[in-house]
Amino acid sequence: MRFLKDKIISKLMLVFTLASVSLIVVIGVGLYYRSIPILHQSSWHNLLTKSDWKPLKGLFGFYPFIMGTLWVTGIAIIIALPLCVLTSFYLVEYAHPKIKQILIPFVNLLSGIPPVIFGVWGVLFIVPFIQSSIAPHFVEFSTGYSVLAGGIVLAIMIFPLIVSILNEVLTTIPQELKDASLALGTTKWETIKKVIIRKAAPGIVAAAVLAISRAFGETIAVLMVCGNNAVVPHSVFDPGYPLPALIANNYGEMLSIPLYDSALMFAALLLFIIILLFNILSRIILTRLERNLTA
Amino acid sequence: MIKRKLEELFFKILMILATIVVVGSFFLIVGTIFVKGIPFMNLDMITKTPGGGFYIGKEGGVLNAIIGSLYIAGGATVLGLVISIPVAFFINLYMKGRRITSDIIRLAFDVLFGIPSIVYGAFGFLIMVYFGIRASLLGGIIAVTLLIIPVLVRTLDEVIRTVPGELRDAALSLGATRWETAKVVLRQIKPGIYTAILLAFGRGIGDVASVLFTAGFSDNIPTSLHEPAATLPLAIFFQLGSPVEEVQGRAYASALILTILVLIITVLSEVMIKKFSKHKI
Repeated sequence: MRFLKDKIISKLMLVFTLASVSLIVVIGVGLYYRSIPILHQSSWHNLLTKSDWKPLKGLFGFYPFIMGTLWVTGIAIIIALPLCVLTSFYLVEYAHPKIKQILIPFVNLLSGIPPVIFGVWGVLFIVPFIQSSIAPHFVEFSTGYSVLAGGIVLAIMIFPLIVSILNEVLTTIPQELKDASLALGTTKWETIKKVIIRKAAPGIVAAAVLAISRAFGETIAVLMVCGNNAVVPHSVFDPGYPLPALIANNYGEMLSIPLYDSALMFAALLLFIIILLFNILSRIILTRLERNLTA
Repeated sequence: MIKRKLEELFFKILMILATIVVVGSFFLIVGTIFVKGIPFMNLDMITKTPGGGFYIGKEGGVLNAIIGSLYIAGGATVLGLVISIPVAFFINLYMKGRRITSDIIRLAFDVLFGIPSIVYGAFGFLIMVYFGIRASLLGGIIAVTLLIIPVLVRTLDEVIRTVPGELRDAALSLGATRWETAKVVLRQIKPGIYTAILLAFGRGIGDVASVLFTAGFSDNIPTSLHEPAATLPLAIFFQLGSPVEEVQGRAYASALILTILVLIITVLSEVMIKKFSKHKI
C-alpha cells in the first residue's frame, strides 16, 4: 500500500515536471503557429529588414523595432556592466564583511522593485533630467523621452542580476589563487587585474549575456520612457520603439486589423527565440565555470 | 612603487564610487517615489474604488486594483506552489543518480525564468483565445502562474539542496518510502518555502506585461473568476498617462502603495532567508 502510494505520487510528480519543462516547447510552437499567417505573406528576411510599419496597409517591417531594442539594450549594458563589475570586485575583495552584509540586501531590494515603478521613476526623474540637463549640451531639442532614458532605466534594472551572478562567480574563485598572487607582493588591484579577471572572464561574459536577454524583454519600464516612435533612432536622444513595447501598446487593436495579431505574435516569437538562445548560452557557461572552479 | 600604490588607490576609489551608484540607485528610486507620492496619499486611495469621474480627477481610490492584484498574485502563488513543490522534490529525491537529466531539467527552469513576462502574457493570451476565456481574473492568474513557476521551482530546488543528505539517507534507511522521506524534508525546509512564496508573490504582484492582455481592467472588485480584474501596476500605468494633474498624482500615490507593499514582501523574504540559514544543520 505504501509502495503503491509512493509509485503513484512519483508518476504524478513526473507528469508535473514534464509538463512545466515542456512549457518551453509549447510556448515556442504556440507563438510560431500564430505567426504563420504573417510568415506566409512575407518572408523572415523581409519582416526583419523592412522598416515600413503600416498595419492598415498590411505592411509589417520590424526593422525600427529591432533597432530600438538594440539601442536601449546596448546603452543599458554599456552603463551597467562596468559599474557592476567594479561593485562586485569591491564587495567581494575589498569590503569589510559587515559593510558587505549591509550593502547586499539593498541590491536584493532593488531587484524586488516592480518594473512599473522603474517606469514611473524614469518619467519623474530621468526624462526631465535628460531634457533639461543632458540633451541641451548635445542636441537642439529633446523631449527626454529617448533611447537614452530607456537605457538608463534598464541599466538600473539589471544591476542586481549582474551583481548577484558576479558575486557568486567571484566567491567560487579559490582563495589559494588570490593568496599566491598576493604573496608575490602584488597589490590587491594587480591580483584582480592579472588573476581574478582572467579566472572570472567567462562568468562576466555569462552575466552580461543574461543581463542583455533580461533587458531585451523588459516591457513596461522601457515603454514608459522611450517615446515609442516607430523610426530607427540615430542618436541616444532620439525616441525609440523596442519590440516588447510594440506588443504591449497594440494588443487592444490587434484583433480588429487583419494580420496584426499575427505580426505581434511574430514579435513575441522573435523575443522568445533570442532570449532562449542567450539564456541557454549563458547558463551553460556558468555551469561549466562552476564545475571547473570547484573541481 | 608609488605608481603601483596610486593605481591601487585609483581603482579602489573607482570601485567604491561604482558601489555607491549601484546601491544609491535604490535609494534614489524609492526616495523619488516617496517624495512624489506622499502629497497625494490619503485614506480614500486605499479604501475606495473609483467613483464616477475618477479618471478626470474626481473622488475615489484604487482599492479595486489593490484587491485585484492581491487576488491574482495570491491565486497564482497557490496554484504555482501546487505545481512547483512536487517538481522540486522530483528533481531532488526521485532523480537521484541521474545527474544529466536533472541538470537538463534545471537548465530548462533557468531558461523559463529568463523568459520575459510579455512573452508569458502573449502566450497566456493564446491559451485564453484557444479555450475561449475572456480577459478575466482567471486569465490573469493563469498567466502569472506561468510566470512564477520558475521562480518557485528554482528557489525550492536551492532550499532542498541545502538539506543534508544524511537526513534523507537516515529516513530512507528506516524503511521510509521516497514520499515519506519527502515529508521529512518538507518539515525541514518550511522557512525556505515561505521565502519562495514571498519571492513569487512579490514578482506576481508587480508585473504588468503578463496581465496586460489577460486580466483586463475594471473599476469594480471582481466577485468571480470570470470577471475582469484591475491590477495595481496597470492602474499606475493608466493613470500616469492621463493629462489631468489630479490623476497623475494618484499614479504617484498608487506607485507609493505598490512600492511599500513590495518592500515589505522583499524585506520579509530577506529575513526568512537569514533565519533559514541560521537553523540549517
